[in-house]
Amino acid sequence: MIRTISCTVNSKPVSWQIDVRMSLSEVLRTNGFTSVKEGCGVGECGACAVLLDGIAVDSCLYLAIWADGCNIRTSEGESKGGTLSEVQQAYLDNGSVQCGFCTPGLVMSSTEFVEKHRGEKVTRDQIRKEHAGHICRCTGYESIIRAVEQCMKPYEKGK
Amino acid sequence: MVVGTSVQRVDGVAKVTGKARYTDDFTMPGMRVAKYLRSTIAHGRVSSIDTSQAKALPGVDGVFTFEDVPKRIYATAGHPYSLDPHHMDITDRYLLTDHVRYMGDEIAIVVAVSDLIATKALSLIDVEYEPYQPLVEAKDALAKDAVEIHKGTGNVVKAHSFVAGGDLDAVRKECDQLLEGQYKTQIVQHCHLENHTAYAYMDDLERIVIVSSTQIPHIARRIVAEALEIDTGLIRVIKPTIGGGFGNKQDVILEPMVAFLTKKLDGIPVRLKLDREEGMVGTRVRHPFDVKVQIGLDQEGTVKLIHFDALSNTGAYASHGHSIVSAGAAKTHYMYPRAVYSCTAKTIYSNIPAAGAMRAYGSPQMTFAIECAMEEAARTLGMDSAEFRLRNGARAGDKSQITKKPIMTCGLLDSIKKGKDLIGWDKKRALWPKEQTGEVRNGLGVAIFSYGSGTYPVCVEPASARLILNQDGSAHLQVGATEIGQGSDTAFAQMAAESLGFSFSKIHVVSCQDTDVTPFDTGSYASRQTYVTGQAVMRTAEQLKAKILHHASIISGLEATLITISGDNIVISESPEIVVMSVQDVAIDAYYNKERGGQITAEATYKARNNPHVFGCTFVDLSVDIPLCRVKINEIYNIHDSGIIINPLMAEGQVHGGMAMGIGAALFEELMVDPDSGKIYNNNLLDYKVPTIMDIPDLGAAFVEPNEPTHPYGSKSLGEPPIISPAPAIRNAILDATGVAINELPMSPKTIFKYFKNAGLI
Repeated sequence: MIRTISCTVNSKPVSWQIDVRMSLSEVLRTNGFTSVKEGCGVGECGACAVLLDGIAVDSCLYLAIWADGCNIRTSEGESKGGTLSEVQQAYLDNGSVQCGFCTPGLVMSSTEFVEKHRGEKVTRDQIRKEHAGHICRCTGYESIIRAVEQCMKPYEKGK
Repeated sequence: MVVGTSVQRVDGVAKVTGKARYTDDFTMPGMRVAKYLRSTIAHGRVSSIDTSQAKALPGVDGVFTFEDVPKRIYATAGHPYSLDPHHMDITDRYLLTDHVRYMGDEIAIVVAVSDLIATKALSLIDVEYEPYQPLVEAKDALAKDAVEIHKGTGNVVKAHSFVAGGDLDAVRKECDQLLEGQYKTQIVQHCHLENHTAYAYMDDLERIVIVSSTQIPHIARRIVAEALEIDTGLIRVIKPTIGGGFGNKQDVILEPMVAFLTKKLDGIPVRLKLDREEGMVGTRVRHPFDVKVQIGLDQEGTVKLIHFDALSNTGAYASHGHSIVSAGAAKTHYMYPRAVYSCTAKTIYSNIPAAGAMRAYGSPQMTFAIECAMEEAARTLGMDSAEFRLRNGARAGDKSQITKKPIMTCGLLDSIKKGKDLIGWDKKRALWPKEQTGEVRNGLGVAIFSYGSGTYPVCVEPASARLILNQDGSAHLQVGATEIGQGSDTAFAQMAAESLGFSFSKIHVVSCQDTDVTPFDTGSYASRQTYVTGQAVMRTAEQLKAKILHHASIISGLEATLITISGDNIVISESPEIVVMSVQDVAIDAYYNKERGGQITAEATYKARNNPHVFGCTFVDLSVDIPLCRVKINEIYNIHDSGIIINPLMAEGQVHGGMAMGIGAALFEELMVDPDSGKIYNNNLLDYKVPTIMDIPDLGAAFVEPNEPTHPYGSKSLGEPPIISPAPAIRNAILDATGVAINELPMSPKTIFKYFKNAGLI
């Protein structure tokens, strides 16, 4: 069954004809958003995470039809006018990128975290918990935590 | 200086923005999907197979079985070709098989217009089997009446034995104490985030183009040529950005099949992409080892001999099985090089998924055994564990018992001292109570490692590079070596910039390998690239520099010997503040002057004939919750001697990643096999416990940096070694905390419970 969905992807309105059986990751990838990676296809690894109305979801487990009317953000849209987002820059500053396959998904969860907790003093445990849906096999996560800490620093209260 | 600084990785922006393109991010109009039909039994023969219904399904382009593939047996191990007939890889595979050797073996393949139709077609294939008893464990495979998994082998892939450094029996008699232990390691899977995937198409009626997620494009090209009996020059392998490999892509797994399929189907593009569940059984795993170790000691606490008896299980196909144990034994020998070192080993076939190369290639298994046994030795002597290793560990100037060559640089003792400081070893030893009785007990542990910087002299170590000067004064660098996430392209760019006198931003690395274009290199394995390929890059850079200076000399009339390159300019060597012209001026003249010059390029090839060893250690402070049988790491440090570090931030990242993988193998990860059926229980990322961010503690990495004289920038290997020593260090800390020696991996609550129960702790 073919249906039309209308949503916003990286600030641009789009309207797509989709097979209702398709996952959001499949539809995004087919339309060129290949930052959305498939590491497992069943919601175990988090490589396909996108922000859906500000919340990170595994797009492989999310039917595209459910995204009708939603605001979607992917890693491609986080850099603007040739400038990286603060999270993307922090990932580079802290060596949080190796093979890069988990990176776009993790960048989106970190973006959600940084936007949600702006102004708060956060602990490493909090950072861990809110990135727990992602598997990274290269970095051991240490540098990812450091990148998030770098982003949070300017916003901590009293600083 | 560019070398030694943490410049931003060259592929960093592409990766954080998601613009980096991996194999699955390329599509072609009309591209078909291929899917394997995998066996549902672990051992037996296909007695009949009926594909007629699948072939008749609309949208199916072809169904091929073992009957359709070339009767050509080939080896898949990603080693360079060997000129020594006694050192060839083991040929034991056909593209598809009717002799089923593990549950999931490849017996047929479907090509269709879509994933759904291919899946539907698979369900329409009727297969009947003549089942044999699955031979899962060594005792089954080596039983007298066991069916041969590969004819004529007796289910033994290879047996090895060597003694280095003296007469084993004589030294044994001289020892005051002989200690023995037995240690087992489990099946681990690489779990690189990008699954195996490849596609192929034809350029004309002969030439096959393969795009693949591989660590070894040039080797893949040769093996495809061998498997399909096609000339090497007609095969082109392209490697885009790779989402991790850890050795699992140092094996030729999908490339011969996609090449075969496109050839069969008149050149249409065919993609073969494994899903996670398929990949975890249908690619490679780490060899499980069962190792008996004997350590001989004198009264002063000096290690006089180390003897192993190792059994390695390679599963259904040899892959790298014939070389893993010997490589592991040889590379670990450098930890305690003054002892007589002896090894007998056997690698067997069985009906479990094929084991192959994985990060550190046999060394983690061997080191677990040695470093557990050394801990028993230290404790038996009543010596401090770190002190025991300081006494017996390798020092610069020691000779290898195997190669008889001296160890030129060795930072082992310095790394142990640094690790002791970082973890507060002496202070904690003094403050902590000698006997702990509570439910949660603390322990300190240490383990050391040694490793190589390549495979020489066992294998050839070739590398090549090419530099092309652009009109804007920048240069493109092509290497045959393979960036898979470890950061080699950035290290090459740093070394090229340093050697040329260019700024880092003026070097553009061609990261996509293409065997039609890029010069020859055997690829990413054995932690070889910075050490081996780095030297080809520097030789190329020196040539390019000489050519640029030669042309600058023609333009300026100055002697080439009086000028050099600094800060992207041609300057006077003696007075570098005097700029003669820019490199861009030289380039423009070389390209466009009607009367002189031409494109300035350089190319060099290099074969490493050294293999400097790297050393280091893990120090860990942990707590063991005895009733819960759980381990919590409080502090952990890896300290490495990898020579001079080219990029400190990226080096630290390699160490963190290896430590996390080591911790995973120590505490959580195990691919579980049903001993009766050979079925794998947990081939997915939910049930196979890859550590998440919640499972990995804060990680500490440090370096000691002796200047390795055989490398122009003093560098040695780094990629694999960080995985080696965490598991034994953790085990030794659990022993320190509880008095219980856990001699098998993983030390998950399930295993620990068994040991604690036996020890009467619970």
